[in-house]
Amino acid sequence: MSLDQDTVKNIAYLARIRVEEDKLEPLAGELSAIMGWIEQLQELDTDGVEPMASVVNVSLPQRKDVVNDGDCRDAVLKNAPDNEDGFYTVPKVVE
Amino acid sequence: MSYLIKGETCDWEVVIGLEVHCQVISESKLFSGASTLFGGEPNTHVSVVDAAMPGMLPVINEECVRQAIRTGLGLKAKINKTSVFARKNYFYADLPQGYQISQADKPIVGAGTLTLDMPDGTSRDVGIERLHLEQDAGKSMHDQDPKRSFIDLNRCGVALMEVVSDPDMRSPEEAGAFVRKMRSIVRYLGTCDGNMDQGSMRCDVNVSVRPVGSDELRTRAETKNVNSVRFIMQVIEFEAKRQVGVYDNGGQVVQETRLFDSKKIETRSMRSKENAHDYRYFPDPDLLPLIFTDELIEELKAELPELPDDRKNRYVGDFGLSPYDAGVLVAEKDTATYFEAVAEGRDQKLAANWVINNLFGVLSDRSLSITESPITAGHLGELLDLISDDTISNKIAKDVFEVMLETGEAPAKIVEDRGLKQITDTGAIEAAVDAAIAAGPNQVEQYKGGNEKILGWFVGQVMKATQGKANPGQVNKLLKEKLDG
Repeated sequence: MSLDQDTVKNIAYLARIRVEEDKLEPLAGELSAIMGWIEQLQELDTDGVEPMASVVNVSLPQRKDVVNDGDCRDAVLKNAPDNEDGFYTVPKVVE
Repeated sequence: MSYLIKGETCDWEVVIGLEVHCQVISESKLFSGASTLFGGEPNTHVSVVDAAMPGMLPVINEECVRQAIRTGLGLKAKINKTSVFARKNYFYADLPQGYQISQADKPIVGAGTLTLDMPDGTSRDVGIERLHLEQDAGKSMHDQDPKRSFIDLNRCGVALMEVVSDPDMRSPEEAGAFVRKMRSIVRYLGTCDGNMDQGSMRCDVNVSVRPVGSDELRTRAETKNVNSVRFIMQVIEFEAKRQVGVYDNGGQVVQETRLFDSKKIETRSMRSKENAHDYRYFPDPDLLPLIFTDELIEELKAELPELPDDRKNRYVGDFGLSPYDAGVLVAEKDTATYFEAVAEGRDQKLAANWVINNLFGVLSDRSLSITESPITAGHLGELLDLISDDTISNKIAKDVFEVMLETGEAPAKIVEDRGLKQITDTGAIEAAVDAAIAAGPNQVEQYKGGNEKILGWFVGQVMKATQGKANPGQVNKLLKEKLDG
């Protein structure tokens, strides 16, 4: 399977990654090569084989329902490019 | 009771599926230890996990898992002992991770059933496709500044249960009944507070139409985030007409996300979400599959409270109430609790009549909930006792009820203070009866002439003379004896 430039452009848009026009073609080539390897893997018969979620045999650890975090507004806002009155502020999102 | 839309060439029926998002009742968030409390100062209920700082790892809250299992059991659904969390990728300012942790092909709860109670007293089952756990997003405010949107992440990461119905509903009324029943079940279970006006329950409405008699499923349009039963019904009415219009004009309905404008009562296409359906789900590598045992399911099942359907069946079967009355009483858990306190050890039908026919009217006139009732269940029960043991008549009871509403006093005290006790003393009643007969020779004539209805006039006279306190049964009996004799 090979990816064309428009598909690469759309993938980049969805991931919010800027890709210059002249990089689209080489990137399409690289991604197509990766898809080729995945196609090779798909030659294996995996019927009845559960997807492996982890190499260690542990189940999802769970925590008790207690409030023991949060209340650290200054810390979470610290990396924001802009904030006001305790809110993050972002360029206007118009519906 | 079918709901049809007249088209140019044929009649159309509407096919409705709902996705109901229920905010889970828990102290802390689904994957972080920050508080879920509504209404805190902006960004104070936010941990570094919720703010999606690099390197932070989600750890699941066991109570949210239990709440989802309880809700699944309440929907008579299959509980999946192994489920998988997936990333649903989309880009929006109130979702700092850039993806929502949700469940895709392996949800925690599978197929189930929800029974609709229709206003005419009939019931109908609607299939539940699934229930999955996911994170809520933060809140954006767009009206604070001309150039910027303000973001509060307090809600970001709070657990949601998304319940997806089968496309089984065929009218706005059925969709309304679905949401009301869903709300009733989660409130009984204590898994979601069901408050749609606060956004803790929200609904996506999927609508398509098809010619009557066809069983195809045509392209549907999804209207997002509808937050009241009335709006849901309005969305369906609008969408059904719009889509029939599109087909009548030779067009095709396109699969899209729409937004409801509750002021204009119309839905509009949300072009900004054109790419939104490309979510690129994949299993979240930060989270192992969620696995639990049969023992946990059994433990939670054993602790389940009586649910509205079972309670309704009990009221019909054991108490002899009509399905409609039973449905009205069980719809809200608080109402059922109130009714049971009134009915305890008493005639349940009498109790149901007083709660439904007398109390409900007052509460709705005054916009009060049952928990704010000016008359306590205990007092209403005592009033019924006074009727049952013939201390007061039904008619006087209604007067006492009015006084109870105003004063909040106990009925026995009101009856005592105002001398409303029923007169059962035969001598006193006989005197009043004799006086009435003496006062109406014309009426006696008419009665003897065969006009039995005139008896009412005599009863009226006796009641007037006794201020309504004479026992009506005795009055009738004595009058007949004397007039016939």
